Amino acid sequence: MGLEEKVPSGLLLTSVEKLVNWSRKSSLWPATFGLACCAIEMMSAGGPKHDLARFGMEVFRASPRQADLMIVAGRVSQKMAPVLRQVYDQMPEPKWVLAMGVCASSGGMFNNYAIVQGVDHIVPVDMYLPGCPPRPEMLIDSLLKLHDKIQHEPLGAKRAKQLGGVRRELVASSVRYGK
Amino acid sequence: MTEPKSGPDSGGSLPDQRRPAPAESAPGVVQRGSFGVHGPGDTSGFSGLVRRPWAPVPAERPYGEWFDEVADSLAAAYPSFDGGVSKVVVDRGQLTFHVQPEHLVGLCQVLRDDPALRFELCTSVSGVDYLGTPDRLHSVVHLTSMTYRRDLRLEVSVPVEHPHVPSITSVYPTADWQEREAWDMFGIVYDGHPGLTRILMPDDWEGHPQRKDYPLGGVPVQYKGATIPPPDERRNYS
Repeated sequence: MGLEEKVPSGLLLTSVEKLVNWSRKSSLWPATFGLACCAIEMMSAGGPKHDLARFGMEVFRASPRQADLMIVAGRVSQKMAPVLRQVYDQMPEPKWVLAMGVCASSGGMFNNYAIVQGVDHIVPVDMYLPGCPPRPEMLIDSLLKLHDKIQHEPLGAKRAKQLGGVRRELVASSVRYGK
Repeated sequence: MTEPKSGPDSGGSLPDQRRPAPAESAPGVVQRGSFGVHGPGDTSGFSGLVRRPWAPVPAERPYGEWFDEVADSLAAAYPSFDGGVSKVVVDRGQLTFHVQPEHLVGLCQVLRDDPALRFELCTSVSGVDYLGTPDRLHSVVHLTSMTYRRDLRLEVSVPVEHPHVPSITSVYPTADWQEREAWDMFGIVYDGHPGLTRILMPDDWEGHPQRKDYPLGGVPVQYKGATIPPPDERRNYS
């Protein structure tokens, strides 16, 4: 269509935005944050039957500094909450959070003093996945929806327009949150 | 105890000693339901719960099975047995000694070291809250003898105004974290514990969650067009 038909074969024309978004979504490396029962389903989603490797996601990075997706798989207790926030803070931008299972989305069946009623009280969540636990196929479905979201993320001038000129100050967290 | 007890299951399927003891009238009311909601229309989900007042029946000699042997060995090895052990309960084939707090460590030492007793494994130290009784907080120690393949229970009751129980970590080091959990959840202070800090809740938490008068701590759950309060705040819909 248009220009691509006239140039020699083997050339692809795209926009920087589409290319960057495509590369971000095709190798989205999850950080290991399996807390409870949902972690079992997450592990089996990485296993051979439901394969996450076909999406480039089989490398669950143990270090948050090398990961871009945090799959919070399981219930977060009050004691674990600051640890979760610290791991999230250690991930470099761009990063996304997937709340896997009902406990991460809303506290699940544990409506009590010990469990945080949804990790969105602690970290900003991009995708909520209900289920107790969600089947591996459901996890893959949510990941594909997240891929779709990442692919259509505006960048550049479009993004600036969307954010309305609001810029986040780049202050080091050691300064922002005190020592 | 060789004569069969008349209990709810007197069909003879259980051996005699293992039937539950007959319910004795104890001070306190049988509580049905929970969270103060009674009768039909209870939406808390706890309407079928029945809580009978705590009523351990003191056992009479002969206790049966190997219980007499253990009681006699303990009395021989620990001179203050009559002052230390306030009650012996045999129920459902299990032996329980109700112990005065100041004698707990001495009894544990003897139970562990005496050749006839040799309860060398402490499987659990846990807390119980019997709300409504005077000495409300109980610290329950479960001991197991591997050499003789026996289990034993020691129970210490303390009031909530002065919840001090001596720590048995000097005798059974495994009780360390178990006692930390009982402190965290019930507020039982173990004197002589190497480091009594919270273990399950965050360090700066206030209150002891597993006491019976501690609220559930739930949040109201929002649905489209309705909000359901947590179970302990639901009212009776009739």
